[in-house]
Amino acid sequence: MTVSVLTPDEVVGELGDGMTIGIGGWGSRRKPMALVRAILRSPLRDLTVVSYAGPDVGLLIASGQARRVVTGFASLDSIALEPHFRNGRQRGTVELTELDEGMLHWGLLAAAHRLPFLPIRAGLGSDVMRVNPDLRTVRSPYPDAGHPGGEELVAMPALRLDAALVHLNRADAAGNGQYLGPDPYFDDLFCLAAERAYMSSERIVPALTGPPQSLLINRAMVQAVTETPNGAHFTSCVPDYGRDEEFQRRYATAAADPDDWRRFRSEYLDGDEAAYQKAVRR
Amino acid sequence: MSTPVETATRAEVCVAACAQAWRGDGAILASPMGVIPALGARLARRTFAPDLLMTDGEAYLVDEAGDVEGWLPYRQVFTMVAAGRRHVMMGAAQIDRFGNQNISCIGDWARPKAQLLGVRGAPGNTVNHAVSYWVPRHSRRVFVEQVDMVCGVGHDRGAPDLRVVVSNLAVLDFQTPDHAMRLRSVHPGVEVADVLAATGFVLVVPDDVAVSRVPSGAELDLIRQLDPDRARDKEVP
Repeated sequence: MTVSVLTPDEVVGELGDGMTIGIGGWGSRRKPMALVRAILRSPLRDLTVVSYAGPDVGLLIASGQARRVVTGFASLDSIALEPHFRNGRQRGTVELTELDEGMLHWGLLAAAHRLPFLPIRAGLGSDVMRVNPDLRTVRSPYPDAGHPGGEELVAMPALRLDAALVHLNRADAAGNGQYLGPDPYFDDLFCLAAERAYMSSERIVPALTGPPQSLLINRAMVQAVTETPNGAHFTSCVPDYGRDEEFQRRYATAAADPDDWRRFRSEYLDGDEAAYQKAVRR
Repeated sequence: MSTPVETATRAEVCVAACAQAWRGDGAILASPMGVIPALGARLARRTFAPDLLMTDGEAYLVDEAGDVEGWLPYRQVFTMVAAGRRHVMMGAAQIDRFGNQNISCIGDWARPKAQLLGVRGAPGNTVNHAVSYWVPRHSRRVFVEQVDMVCGVGHDRGAPDLRVVVSNLAVLDFQTPDHAMRLRSVHPGVEVADVLAATGFVLVVPDDVAVSRVPSGAELDLIRQLDPDRARDKEVP
């Protein structure tokens, strides 16, 4: 199978209403924002978004395209609370599957490994079990000293994704991807957990160089790659660029007021990616 | 010559009390949430707990000088959590007498009055390793009879290793027969009655309540060196 090189709009054209979409990165770090912005320009709706949530989730809640969010938090890092997530929850405009961060990891790992579930301690005794009544526990078949009848654990179900969107520092046209920052986050698991995975990258280069450990994504994990310079803006994409804190503050301030948000949207989000990049450089 | 101990502020007493939480922990990951817990963990590592590991808040383990000594991306943090090699000091929007903690939302979960952080890693932390809490504003809004959403689990829900709750007024622990919260010490200038008035459940109060330790002159020097801009005073004025 050959990996295609697509535009962001072509990537989004491959997605459908009602899909479960996983988004890589973490909080306000290395998010595939150019792909998220392409979703904002599309008629896609009723999405379930699985994410270590930041402004990716915030924007899709603000646009009304995320029907449900699967996460353990939504944060902008330097601003503790994602404002649109907060609004959406308080106004009841978005549904939530609230999981411990480690459970989310385990759900992706189970899906990536094609397992129905993986056992984990996280969640036991907490209200995560109350607000997710479908969650089940499982008893270990192996007795141990502390648990003669076998330890009871949460059976974290696989978080299978229809599609995954991730953003890497570098990629090649064959579909291999490289992160150059300090943390791979869970981007490889998002890709493997998904039926189809799409990787955006700061730059598509003829050959990937650097430490082999940084080559996180291989071409068996993705269907298509797209070049989106500054495509994680305003989230961080170190070492290419840090978070645009000033712009993030503007985003968070605008989110607090409907009129302000309408202005923000028309100034930055209603045009195409080139218009966005031009507007944020002003 | 070291700083005179009489100059110790409430915030600095809180830093020393937070530091104390990590005493004897050895080579485990110390994960403080908040300015004063972070200063506490760094003070502990510089004095009586030199083996503690700490991150830069991203993916590196850094030594006392801030130099990289290891790599700890999020996936490895989760592994350290599951391995039990961590002691976190988390915040709490609400906490009850058995140490059940809420950082997710206030009100009905289905349609919260106030959406906060979300459960984050609190459920996993509390069933896997040592957990302490930091409450910069001790009040009946925080110390409640029942939390709205159990994120961090309490002793009554299976937490194996809840250590202390440090607030701006006092140090509390769970060293009672049924692991209900107990007043361990009040900070200098705080009366037991002040703590009881600011606590929304029945607190276990021993006959003799100690006064929290005032940091030594050498410790004050360190705290002031670690936090020259006095960010600690913003958290506890």
